[in-house]
Amino acid sequence: MKSLTRSPWLLHYDAASCNGCDIEVLACLTPIYDVERFGVINTGNPKHADILLITGGINEQCESVVRQIYSQMPKPKVVVAVGICACDGGIFKECYNIKGGIDTVLPVDIYVPGCAARPEAIIDGVVKAVALLQEKHNEHKKKESGK
Amino acid sequence: MQTAIAIILFLVFAPIIGGLLSGLDRIVTARLQGRKGPPLLQPFYDVRKLLAKQVVLVNNVQDFLVYGFLVFIVFTGCLFFSGGDILLVFFALTLAAIFFMMSACSANSPYSNMGAQRELLQMMAYEPMVLIVAIGFYMSTGTFSVAEIIASDSPAIWKLPGVFIGFLFILAIKLRKSPFDLSTSHHAHQEMCKGLTTEISGNILGFVEISHWYENVFLMGVVGMFFIHRPWWSVLIAIAVILLVYFLEVLADNIFPRIKWQLMLKVTWIVTLATGVLNLVVLAAIE
Repeated sequence: MKSLTRSPWLLHYDAASCNGCDIEVLACLTPIYDVERFGVINTGNPKHADILLITGGINEQCESVVRQIYSQMPKPKVVVAVGICACDGGIFKECYNIKGGIDTVLPVDIYVPGCAARPEAIIDGVVKAVALLQEKHNEHKKKESGK
Repeated sequence: MQTAIAIILFLVFAPIIGGLLSGLDRIVTARLQGRKGPPLLQPFYDVRKLLAKQVVLVNNVQDFLVYGFLVFIVFTGCLFFSGGDILLVFFALTLAAIFFMMSACSANSPYSNMGAQRELLQMMAYEPMVLIVAIGFYMSTGTFSVAEIIASDSPAIWKLPGVFIGFLFILAIKLRKSPFDLSTSHHAHQEMCKGLTTEISGNILGFVEISHWYENVFLMGVVGMFFIHRPWWSVLIAIAVILLVYFLEVLADNIFPRIKWQLMLKVTWIVTLATGVLNLVVLAAIE
């Protein structure tokens, strides 16, 4: 069933980002890139979202929040780490307050490096995430019918 | 027999027409913003996806209340399109809206509760005008029955121009378009997450979307009722007016910001008085 590939809803969350990657994520919604063409909606509600776009590293303040947002998202769900800080801590890797990238607290599926990540790369990452979403849904269906 | 046919046609075609209207809304919005926009069938893809997702229920009454919303919206539309009593139709609509508001109230989330409170304020704003529409039809045609109103010799718009304008004003509230999209909105999650629909997910959210499609088709039907009378071509005029009104609502959605509830109440009641009540007073004086 191709239902999930035509309507991927994003949740964008800024963990400990400098906002550079966040601006690029929002740029994807503007007329130049226009991701709504692909049915992508930027919803602010984890309960409505399929894909979690996270920017920035993890520090102590945002760790529990990131875990909570992830747990509030219904399955199937995919995590996309946008920017090198979200991938492995980036230029803040050695800092005493940054634990590392998002994969220190969540299972990340797609990594989009860059500082800041370009909108084209972000869209590419979202497209890969959508295909992965469909795969996860199909696996889940097989498991359900297998039971 | 005719009643049964009308009901079946409404049940089957209203969600299709509602979804297409919603898709048209998104495309027109995108073009007005200089973008290309999603495909026309996008709302159907969205609902199909929602029906396939896991539901995160927050309590054991949430889904029952949303089903109540869907059932009563369908009942409202069926009653209207089979020619029933317009007053009963509007009361059923209010009951459906209460079910939706209660499902938002039942969740423990502050966003959801605030959305429910704003929804109640919105109902306070538009209910007087809606009742004036029903009274206006009675005063101009002598009956509350939709079947008889649309079979009269002249369209209701000639005697009810003020009521029509007032109804268009509050239509923005019912369709959840700026400046009155306070309780939940397709675009704005900046204010209170998603307001009413914050705690609703998965297939329950899909049913909320389908209910909104039924509701929009019903509301457009009420707009058309001002123009339909005995000749068959009046239906074509009604459809043209409906499309124009829908475009104006989408245009208003893109131009106006959201206003506060105090201003919404004030402005809506003033417009209700100046257009609806004045129209009824003039009508009573003439007859």
